[in-house]
Amino acid sequence: MFDRKSGVDRKSGRTTRRTILQGTAAAGALLAAPAIVRAQAAKLKVGLLLPKSGYLAAPGQSCHRGAIVAPKVLSDFGMQIELIDIDTESNVDVARTQAERAINEGAHCIVGPFDSGAALSIAQVCEQRKVPFVINVAAAPQITEQGYQFLVRNFPTGGQLVGNGLGLIKSLLTTTKAAPKTAVFLHANDTFGTAQRGAMDALFPKADLPFKLLESIAYDPKAQDLSVEVTKVRALNPDLLLVVTRAADAIKLVRDMVRQRFEPMGIVSPGSPGLYDEEFYQALGPLADFAVYNIPWANPNANMTKALAAAYAPANPKHRFAVECFNVGFTFEALLIAADGFKRAGTTEGTALMKAIRETNIEDHVMIGGPIKFNEKGQNTGIVSACVQNQDRTPTVVLPEAAATAKPVFPMPPWQGRK
Amino acid sequence: MTVDVIQHASGDDAERTRMVWFAGIVVGLLALVPLIASRYALSVLILVFYFAYVGQAWNIMMGFAGQLSLGHALYIGIGAYVPALLWLHLGMSPILGLFAGMAAAMLIAAAIGWLGFRFGIEGVYFALLTIAFSEVARVAVDHIPFAGGAGGLFLPVPAANKATVLNLDGGPLLYYYITLAMAVAATALVAWLARSRHGYIWRAIREDPQAAETLGINLFSAKMRAILLSAAMTSVAGVVNAFYYRNLFPAQSFDMSRSLELILAPIIGGLGTVLGPVVGAFILTPAGEALIAVTHRMGLNAPGTKGVIYGLILMAMICLKPEGVWPWIARKLRLGDRA
Amino acid sequence: MNIGLLLNVAVQGLTTGLVYGLMALGLSVIFGVVRIVNFAHGEFAVVGMYAAFLLFQAFGLDPIYAAIPIAGLFFLIGFALQKVVINPFVGRPEHEQFILLVAVAMIILNLLLMAFGPDGRPINLSYALDSYLVGPLIIDKVRLISSAAALVMSLGLFAFFRLTATGTAIRACTDNLTGAAVVGLDVKTLYAYTCGIGLACVGAAGAMMITIVDVAPTLAPGYTLLAFTIVIIGGLGSLTGALVGGVLIGVSEALMGYYFQPSMKSMFSFLLLILVLAVRPQGLMGTRQ
Repeated sequence: MFDRKSGVDRKSGRTTRRTILQGTAAAGALLAAPAIVRAQAAKLKVGLLLPKSGYLAAPGQSCHRGAIVAPKVLSDFGMQIELIDIDTESNVDVARTQAERAINEGAHCIVGPFDSGAALSIAQVCEQRKVPFVINVAAAPQITEQGYQFLVRNFPTGGQLVGNGLGLIKSLLTTTKAAPKTAVFLHANDTFGTAQRGAMDALFPKADLPFKLLESIAYDPKAQDLSVEVTKVRALNPDLLLVVTRAADAIKLVRDMVRQRFEPMGIVSPGSPGLYDEEFYQALGPLADFAVYNIPWANPNANMTKALAAAYAPANPKHRFAVECFNVGFTFEALLIAADGFKRAGTTEGTALMKAIRETNIEDHVMIGGPIKFNEKGQNTGIVSACVQNQDRTPTVVLPEAAATAKPVFPMPPWQGRK
Repeated sequence: MTVDVIQHASGDDAERTRMVWFAGIVVGLLALVPLIASRYALSVLILVFYFAYVGQAWNIMMGFAGQLSLGHALYIGIGAYVPALLWLHLGMSPILGLFAGMAAAMLIAAAIGWLGFRFGIEGVYFALLTIAFSEVARVAVDHIPFAGGAGGLFLPVPAANKATVLNLDGGPLLYYYITLAMAVAATALVAWLARSRHGYIWRAIREDPQAAETLGINLFSAKMRAILLSAAMTSVAGVVNAFYYRNLFPAQSFDMSRSLELILAPIIGGLGTVLGPVVGAFILTPAGEALIAVTHRMGLNAPGTKGVIYGLILMAMICLKPEGVWPWIARKLRLGDRA
Repeated sequence: MNIGLLLNVAVQGLTTGLVYGLMALGLSVIFGVVRIVNFAHGEFAVVGMYAAFLLFQAFGLDPIYAAIPIAGLFFLIGFALQKVVINPFVGRPEHEQFILLVAVAMIILNLLLMAFGPDGRPINLSYALDSYLVGPLIIDKVRLISSAAALVMSLGLFAFFRLTATGTAIRACTDNLTGAAVVGLDVKTLYAYTCGIGLACVGAAGAMMITIVDVAPTLAPGYTLLAFTIVIIGGLGSLTGALVGGVLIGVSEALMGYYFQPSMKSMFSFLLLILVLAVRPQGLMGTRQ
């Protein structure tokens, strides 16, 4: 296969003028390396970039647990991939350099990186080297607004998450006939939390919910202690506490709520992780129950979910698929998108592979919702959320009814006397 | 202070000439590297030059004037945010914007320097003062909406036909030469400073402030010059952060770990020497990459291995060559690097 | 303004602050005497937390009691660390000590990541969620216990430095190093004792901390920074200073968090640090050198 158009020797990654000045250079007349013949590979080599160490290590390793079982599961569905497994160390410099290395090592496609900053660093490398980049998790809306051609994202933006989440809160209240009058929104002041806050500010007034939003409170995710935050919320005494947290903060939050004897009708996340990590259950036991979070979730009835769950269990004996299926599911689906694209394109050549990936239309996949498809910006706009509730220390889908495995319990029972 | 790499500052002209030749040849070769190197190698070298550059800037303050700053991420952050915002909101070229960033960094450096040097805050206390300013900046930028706040600042990637060097749009090759030029310029500046009156004054106050003062040196003004120059130089590195990666987050830009990683190269290389920070960067960054490659080849899935080995290397180096690797190499090669 | 609420916030700040002070005591001891910038402080505290976690897992040992064997173990670690690794660096430039301890911190942090993984590890104490109602006040049991531990530990340290011969000798080193060496004190061994005692405090503090916070490797750098801030505000080498610094930060963060955005509260502790450095660089309870 010749790559005459770009004049870029992609296999060795040698640089040409194109990379100095995208486009303005009359392609590669000066430094053009001879185009080379690339062998047709039987397997797609995927550079898997995840933060396995550093401050994002916990979710990064969770994604990784899903990725390592993917080649086997995909192979059972007739798709062949091979992973080049790389740690971004939760650092954007490393993410960028390692993306270059992955492509030098022969990666035909990049999957990752759980983090918006790293995603944008990698996106530039992929764009310049014409290697498809499938994002597993990263919510900053800007990622698909920058005009990248070699990028798709099978993950909702902050706005989509909150929009879906608020809709589900409404259904939850309708279903359970609960009538909270007031709410407080408490969020971590980090990239994800701020994106959610922006979406709340924009969408809540239009969402026509039956309760009033008293105040939005931001806390520093690096804070050692959340007792004052809880006191502040408690003084407002809302019926409903809406939260955007990470696992460690969520635990501190619930503990201080119990200690300060603050019992709202419920703790509901309009679309964030934090309330369903294994450490949340281990730390809080029965107190972890009845928290509600409206996020995309694995469809327990789908064939591919069953296959993934079956492969996941023996490979990760210390972790539960039911708990990890958000990170694991999206990481698996990103690999699925790459593998499916490769199968249809029949080539590992970047431009053709990307074209196939952009035309993705996968009916049978893991997460709840319709087929995986991308719009002209590379964003999957069809991702839906489910209303998931902790019941018996297990995330349980309670809405929409089609995917539900149990009924919602709302308002939540008091802290005292739980088992 | 007992940093006595300057002991052999006997003005050996032959060694100095050899040194200049040596440096010239190395730079000439580096300029040709992109002809043969892969993009991955280039992106590693960009990091090497980047750390050599900020190492030089930090070296002026610590290596020469003896002021320990652990908050240089602050200047990088300002140097990144100011040009990025000017470009984003006013369309100003980062090449102009960097001067605005520089001015802002110097303003804050002046405040830190004034507080620190006027009130006699020294050593670890001064280091904590710099950290405190950096942390305050982190939380403050977290709450500035037009700078993106905690959500981050994203620089759009221009369409291919609108990309210009004036806006620093480009890939590794462009940034290879930008960072190389920055590192070479900083090294040349430091080499000149080391032999200038400023250099002598700084070293005098580093070695013995009281004696320097009795000689009629104005300690406050000399230290101020060091911090202002160091901050101004460091802020330029911010432009690379902003326009090479094209996204900025306060939690990353101003994080203490950023300040810490940039001081490793000058200390390991040789504090207060001209080429120490460069040598340090050429050792540490590739060492990190080599560790990644080795653990990857061994198929080791144990995140943290690299960090442990990297820590052991640092420990071994500071125990075996506390004055830095470069003074030792320079003596072996009979290259004069007086500081 | 609701006085009850204000009092509640102040009491929370006070107990949290004493816990912070507990964290910083060990640093104050080492920093104050050996003059070593222990940038691995937070990492050692987290090791203490994991030690308490393991003892709880294996024997169901309450961290309050586990603090005692952990302190003993940490004394030995500190003694050995000072003798073998740090002593050659005493009196050397700060940046060399700094790199040494940053390297130690990096090794410990990544070893913890490899051994325990990145997820937070809780221990489930039966009384972890208990709180006392005193009029309008709500006081957490675990924070109260840790605050008491902070007071007991500083009293113990105070007694040690005043009443024992070793303690007096260590103080002599702090006050006049040359003089101490002249009268024949084995300064290096005294430093090893000091480092041992300092780390024993860190280990015990770690054991107490796990009753409040779930242990994870990522906690460490934050603890280091927090402890340094407290020690500098309170005054280098001053035991009461560590507690006062901790309380000052705890209370001011609580009040600021309550009256302003909580996400800005850590900014106030750093502004406080800047203020103290400018006005009273030796720290609130410190003495001019």
